[in-house]
This record gives sequence, structure tokens and C-alpha cells, in this order.
Amino acid sequence: MTTTTSPETNPTPPATAPAPWPDLVSAALLGTERRRPPVAVRPGQSAAAALLDAAAVSTVRRRAALRPAPAGERPAPAPDDPRPPLPLPARRRLALLLADRGDTGGGSRRGAAPDLTELLPQWLAAAGAYGYRAPEALLPALLDAARARTDLRPAALALAGPRALWLARLNDAWKFALRGTGGAAVLPEGEAPEEIARRWEEGLFAERVALLTAVRRRDPEAGRDLLATTWSTERAEDRLMFLDSLREELTAGDEPFLEQALSDRSRTVRATAAELLSALPGSALAARMAQRAQVCVGLDPAAGPEAVIRVEPPRECDAGMQRDGVVSKPPSGRGERSWWLGQLVEATPLGGWEARFGGRAPEEIVALPVADNWRTELHDAWCRAAVRQRDAAWARALLGVPGAPSRTGEVAPAGSSRDLTKLLTVLPDGERAGWVAEFIAAHGLSDAFRMLGVCAVPWAEPLGRSVVDALDIARDAGSYPWSFSGVMGLAERCLDPAAADRLAMLTAVTDEPEGASPGSGGYWSEAFQRLVGTLRLRATMRAELLPPPDAGTTGGSDPTADAAASRAVADADTAAGAGTAGCATTAAPDDGSAP
Amino acid sequence: MNPQGERWTTDQVLALAPDEASRKASGRLAAPGPWSETGADGSAVWGLCKGSGKKPYQAVVDFKGPAFTCSCPSFKFPCKHALGLLLLWAGDEGAVAAGEPPQWAGEWLAARRERAERSAAGPSGAAATRAPADPEAARRRAERRMQRIGAGAMELEQRLADLLQSGLATAGREGGGSQADGGGGRSWDETAARMVDAQAPGLASRVRELGSVVASGADWPARLLEECALLHLLEQGFLGIDRLPAPLAATVRARVGLTTDAADLLTGPDAAPVRDRWLVLAQQDGDDGRLTTRRIFLRGERTGRMALHLSFAGANRPLELALPTGLVIDADLAYYPGARPLRATLGERYAPATPGPVPPGCGIDAALAAYGDALRDDPWLDSWPVVLADVTPIPGRDGRGWQLADADGESALPLDPRCLGGTGVWQLAAISGGAPITVFGECGHRGFLPLTAWDPSPVSL
Repeated sequence: MTTTTSPETNPTPPATAPAPWPDLVSAALLGTERRRPPVAVRPGQSAAAALLDAAAVSTVRRRAALRPAPAGERPAPAPDDPRPPLPLPARRRLALLLADRGDTGGGSRRGAAPDLTELLPQWLAAAGAYGYRAPEALLPALLDAARARTDLRPAALALAGPRALWLARLNDAWKFALRGTGGAAVLPEGEAPEEIARRWEEGLFAERVALLTAVRRRDPEAGRDLLATTWSTERAEDRLMFLDSLREELTAGDEPFLEQALSDRSRTVRATAAELLSALPGSALAARMAQRAQVCVGLDPAAGPEAVIRVEPPRECDAGMQRDGVVSKPPSGRGERSWWLGQLVEATPLGGWEARFGGRAPEEIVALPVADNWRTELHDAWCRAAVRQRDAAWARALLGVPGAPSRTGEVAPAGSSRDLTKLLTVLPDGERAGWVAEFIAAHGLSDAFRMLGVCAVPWAEPLGRSVVDALDIARDAGSYPWSFSGVMGLAERCLDPAAADRLAMLTAVTDEPEGASPGSGGYWSEAFQRLVGTLRLRATMRAELLPPPDAGTTGGSDPTADAAASRAVADADTAAGAGTAGCATTAAPDDGSAP
Repeated sequence: MNPQGERWTTDQVLALAPDEASRKASGRLAAPGPWSETGADGSAVWGLCKGSGKKPYQAVVDFKGPAFTCSCPSFKFPCKHALGLLLLWAGDEGAVAAGEPPQWAGEWLAARRERAERSAAGPSGAAATRAPADPEAARRRAERRMQRIGAGAMELEQRLADLLQSGLATAGREGGGSQADGGGGRSWDETAARMVDAQAPGLASRVRELGSVVASGADWPARLLEECALLHLLEQGFLGIDRLPAPLAATVRARVGLTTDAADLLTGPDAAPVRDRWLVLAQQDGDDGRLTTRRIFLRGERTGRMALHLSFAGANRPLELALPTGLVIDADLAYYPGARPLRATLGERYAPATPGPVPPGCGIDAALAAYGDALRDDPWLDSWPVVLADVTPIPGRDGRGWQLADADGESALPLDPRCLGGTGVWQLAAISGGAPITVFGECGHRGFLPLTAWDPSPVSL
């Protein structure tokens, strides 16, 4: 108790001065049979009762005379957050989404009701895109949610804004928020360069990364110059992170800086610099790599009229190659010559191969036979190059036609490290969705989970229809819906809410087909109900976020909301996949949501 | 919008949930997906909710009361369907269309209204049927109970005297060793059970408290002496109850555990209901495993009087009253008798509840003075409800506790350590952002226990 007690000013003071409270306490501790208590004992009264009488008077008197304590140091006022507040329905929705967090421990994908936890990333991204600020009263719950789920952090902290950081300084449990997550820092309009330089020099690491990213987004050159001012004095691991933040807005102007970083003291910094340079097709490094690669890969002159690619991998990894980022020691199980070849081809600008192969287009080059079993190795390297250089034409050629029956074996042969999903990210949104739709139509859902995760949200047609058709086929095949729980979960989050009406007819309990797993019809109906329910809920959530008509907010930015949500979902889906893998094989007990 | 212009907030709806699980389950049902044939008029909302069975559940909520019904087999009340329906209605104006109740909803609503009218027409009906009971027998029963409680109080007095005689240190050794309460003296739990037998539940719960004070925290001897002394004071009050002024005697009676029939307060011969526009300052549910206790704090706009409405329910049973924080109800309240009346029962409500304003409040000096003043009438009060205006939360750092600082920046009220575990204090800090805010809570000798803050809409902490 830090409240102090005033001198005991009682309007009717007792005849004898009462004993001070501490004396009463020690008398009580000791016991009246050992020592006479410092109180007046009435005739016929025991000493213990007299002590209790006095203690009662003293207790009530002290309680009634409580005085304020001196105030401690007040926290500095939180910085102002000028962003508009959430519309009321959206605020309620956020409270519900946060309240649902952490329920149904096993992540059960049963029952017909939507899983609110999985909608939180989407909601946060959409709300963030509108430029709202989070309601203050929900900040603790929001910080707790972000603390528990790292994938939520960037969006949650962005929405929570400066007041959350202010709050996090007061509570050690929320320290993570101060470390930053590389989330977008908002750069005040027209901030003076001196102020930026000061923050750059004095800020904590996370603030500096955020600042660099923000400056870089506005003016790539200014960002690089900012980094150059302190580059030589930064620690190696910081240099690596700063260098990595140049990746986003990489331009040809960055080449001299990166070329210089190729001689860095730190090996990882050198490797990153080389990787960035190789993503600049016009860079000197890219030209050096192309020169090396083209020595190794070309048309076989001895092959007669049929063109055949002949591969002659490098015999050594010389100092020049190593300086350009080629790692000389292969991982165990790989031959060093093919390891070096892969790195050379990966860092070689793809555009150069057309000339090398007599003006053939990427599709034609990819179709050429390759001598001596080098095909897989070469195509894998091209795939990595297409991802690194974001070359859609080559990605398209390497992906080929998704529907072709033999295509899976062809596109991702055994022993290949090829990552189709990464390759897909190089394609424009619409084309990507179309490719995945055809892939699903031809091969079903079993290999499509990660591909679906990189498709823009909401899924464009024909992708949505193809996923729904595939789920319908799976039901007719008589399997249990939780074999498809990963895709089902993605569909709940990514299908266009407009599809809900079309899907509603699937929620009816159908007759189970011959040989179906017992009870599967009911479970499918429940799963589709949940899908429809979630889609409707998403539509509602989106509508709730619309700014009230009279408030002039940051301008209608709905398209960006979709893009942002798409990114958030892409981030979230890996976690979702991991979470649902466990219950794909076991029937989780009913979570009680359907009595 | 319904005719009253009254739409509950999600918080208000969630406050109706009987437990955390229903709160979460209802959140998931608060979407159009499982619902069909939903509708609402000014006084009720209804809808069909698709469950796991073939036939959808029929959920109806009557805003007056509020009252719930649902065809689902859940033993929780209100069930998640009723709550989900309310959430759907509260969350989105377009989600539930206005309309006439269908037959299955209309029948129940009509029956409720008919019942309400019947009881309004003949309020004396129930009392009249009770009256013929033999008053002489009742008097003898009451006398016997007073005697038993008196015997219990004597026994407890002896127990306290023994303790003081041998010293609190011995109690510390007994209690500190283990919770087994072995050793020489009878354990506090055992004594509490004796008080239950003596039909003095108020004494019993105080005795149980004593058991938890022993050997807990640094200054436990002082706190134990305080509680023993106040218990002693209560027993002495009860043993000499005939010599006490009537209001104080009523306080002692209530504290010992003798109850007053709420119906008598409203309609009995001495009934003195207070009509006012009562602002709901807080609604808090406590749960000790067997019994849920809901405390609703109210303050009259005209009279400025504080009131506390208590309702109790066994596990999973409905609580009789739900009044979401921030609403104003025009109603009769009847206080339980006492030297410092606070507990009250709700009588007639004259109009539907409407959203209320941010309440005016006082400073820290006035808050402490209010508690001190209340103690003058009822020395057993642990705290007194107050609205503090323009106070700034100061988070506890480096071992110092949390405080609420006054506008002058110099004096402060420590927060009750019991509130420090949860997110409530952090919500308080977040809402404040270092700036002064309005907070409602209980101001007592343990500090200030915040219950509601305004941002400016009410936030339950």
C-alpha cells in the first residue's frame, strides 16, 4: 500500500491516546498471554478482546483517512496518430477476431463455422491498406496476437501504429515490437534530409532498416547514398541486412556500390552483392558470368542437322569466379563441376542465350535436346535464373503447358531441385492463376497447395472454379474432406466471396457414392458450409472496412487492399499448411461447434 | 435500425455470454453463412441457424429483458446461436432485415408479452398467495436462526480470542508450514464450515478469507490483525444488535449473511423504490467454479447515487440480468436496507435502454474521501465505487506499482494489485496514451480497482 495515512484526526478522540498500529500488530503477533497489550481493558473483558477492539478502531480509522500518494513519473505522452479510426462495425469485427485467437487448440478443421483466426492476417492487411489506425483499447490484444504469431507482426504493428510502440516500451512482453520486423516505415512527407541522416546515424538497427527501406522506396539513389555514408563502419551482419534491403528497388545505378561490395571482408556480404549484381542483366558481373557460362553451354557442332545442346562444365573454380560469388565447395552429394556450372548459369543473364542458340526463342531453347544427361541440371539452373531475374518469358517457357498429361514428370523430373511455385511467382497474376487452374484441372489438388498459395487473392477465374470443381470431384470420389483441409483452408481465405452463392448448392448433404468413406457426405456438406460461411464473412468484413461516406480518408485504395491481402495470405499460407498437415490424417474430435 | 434507435455493441452482446467458450463459438456464428429467415422488429430478432442436424435451430431474442430461446439442445444459456444471432444483428445493419416475426418466433414472443402483462396487472398476486403462511411460525423460525447465528458468533469470538492470546505468530507457523491446517488449533476452513452450519454464510466467507491471509505476503500479520479485528467488530455488532440503530443493524444482518427478500423491497410495505435514469458503469462476472456472480454497477443521473446489482447463477445457468456497460435505463431501483445502502434490486423499467454519455467524475482526493465517508456508516466496506475524471495511468516500473495520477500531477492513487495480472491495466494505458481519461472502479484500502474506462465509448477492463 503506497497510499499514506494522514495524522489521525478523529472528530471524537477517545479518552486515552490510542496505541500506534505497529504496536498493536506486534502485540498481536506475540500474543496477549505473553505480554499485556498496550490497550485499555474494560472490566470483565479479556485482554485479547480489548486488543481486537483497539485494532478494529485503528483499522477503520486508518482506512477512512487514506491520503493520495505522491505521483510517480508520468510516461511521456504517446505520439499523435493522425490516421482515421476504424469504422464501428470493423472495430467490433477486430475485437471478435482477436477474441477467437488461440481457441480450438488442435487447429481442428471440423465444424461448419468459419475459423476466425485464419482471417486475421487478411483483415489486418485490408485494414492497413485503408490507412486506419487500430482502436486503442484493442492494442494490448493486438500486441499479444503479434507476439504469438510472427507472421502477423508486420501488418499488426503497422495497424497498431506509434501508440503500440509507445505501449511496448512499457511492457517487456512486447519488446519484439521495438525490434521491428522490417515492416514498412512511414516516411513523413517532406522530412528534412538532415533529420533522416540523424535518424540513420542514431537509430536502433530495426529503425534503421525500416528507414532505409522507406527512403529507398521513395528515391532508390538517396537510399543507397544514405547507406554509403556509414557503410565502412557497419558491422558485418548489419551490412548484410542493409545490402539485402537494396534488393527491392534494385537499379543499374547500384552497380558501382555492389561491385565495391564484392571485395567486402565478409563472405556472406560478398555473396549477396554477387547475387544482386547478377540480377542486373547489364552489370559487368553478369557479363563476366555470361562469358564463363557460354564457354560451358552451347550447340554441339558435331551433332549433325538436329540441334543438340552440349554441356562442358568448368574444370576449376578460379579466383575470379570466387570473387564473383561462385561458391567453390559443393554441398555433400553433388559433383563440384556440376555445382559450379549451376551457379554460372544461374547468374548469367537469360537474354544472352537466344543469341547463343542461333536466335531461338526461350520455348525453342527449352525444347532442345541436351546431350549426356545434363538436361535436368541445365534446366534447373535456368529456372533459378528466371526467378532471380524475374524473367517472365523464360519462366513461361520452363513451366510449359500445365495440362499436358506427362507434364509433371517433365516439368519436375526426379532429382530436380526445381521449384515450380517460385517460377510461378514470376508470371503476371492473371497468367499465374490460369496456369494453376489448368494444372489442377489436369492433375487434381494433391500437388497444388503451394502453387495456390502464391496466387493473387481473391482467386481470379478460372482458378476459383477449377478449385471448386476439383473439391467436388474429390467428394464424389468418396474421400474425407480433411484429406483436402489445406486446400479447403486456402479456398476459404482466397476464393472470391462472390463465389459463395454458386457454392451454396454444394452444402446439401448428398448421397454417398458407392464405396465412399462412411459419413463422408455429411462431413463434406459441413466443409462446404464452412467454406460458404467464410466467404460470406469475408465479404461482410470487407464491407465493414469501407470508410463511412462522410469521412474523407486517404482516398479509395481498394485495389491495393487486394494486393496487400494477397501478400499477407501468401505469408500466412505456409503456416496454415503446417498447421493443417497434422489433422489431415486424423479425424479430430468434434470441437462442439455443432451441437 | 429498430424504432428505439438502439443497437447493441458487440461488447454488449458478448457480455451476455455465460462463459468464454460460448463467447468464442458465437463469434464464429456471427456471419450470414449459417443463417436463414432472419428478421428483426423493434423488440426482437429471430433466425434459423444451420447446425449439424437436418432441421435448423430456431433462435429468438427478445430485447426486453433480454430473453432468449432456441431449439438447440445446448444447456448453456443464452446458447451460442442466440448470441451469434445478436452479434450478426449488432454488427451489421444490413445483415438482418426488418420484418414480422414468423409463427415459430411469434408464438414465443406473444406468450412472453402476455406473461409480462399479467404480472404487471397483478403485482400483488404473488405476494397474496404467500401471505397466508403462518406469521407466528415464521417469527419462531427467524428467532431460532438468530439464536444459532448468535451461538456461532460466540464460538468465533472464542476462536479469535484464543488466537490473539497465543499470538498471530503461531497461526503463521501453522498456516505457513502447509495448507493442511494441522497442528493444535482448528483450521480456518473447519471454522468456516461451522459458521455455515450456524447459518451465517457471511461470517463463513470472512473466516475463509482469514485462512488465505495467513502467511501470504510480507505484511500478513498486519492484514490478519485487520481482518480479525473487523470480524470481531461484526460479531460484537451482531451479539448486541438490539442496541444498534436500525440502519446499522440492517448492515450487520446483511454482512452476517441474513438475506432480505428482493420482492419485498419493491412491493413490501416499506418499499421505497428510487426512479432515475441509471447509467450502467460496469458489468463484471466472477466465477468461483460453482457459482457465477454478476455485479452491475449503476449510477443515477438525477440522484447521483451509486448502486450495485448482484445476480447469482449456478454453473451454466442463466444470470437473471444483463445490462451492458454504457447503457442508461430509466427504471426503479430499490436499495437493500443498511447504514450505507449500495446493493439494490431492479424494479420496473420504463423505457428501453439507450446508450449513455461519458459520466462526470471526481478527483483522487474526492474518491478517497468518498470511501472514508462510506466507512463512517459501514466500517466493513473494502471499497466504494467512484468515477474518476481526468486521471492518467502511470505504469508500474522497477518494482513500483501502477498508479492513477490526478490532473494536478502531484497526487496519485495506487491501483489495486489484484488487477495487475490481466490486460485491463494495459488497456487503460493504451486508451490513455499518457493523457488523462475517465475511469470507473472501486476505491478502497487496497487501492483502486479499475472496471471501466471511456475512450470515449465504454471499455470493460
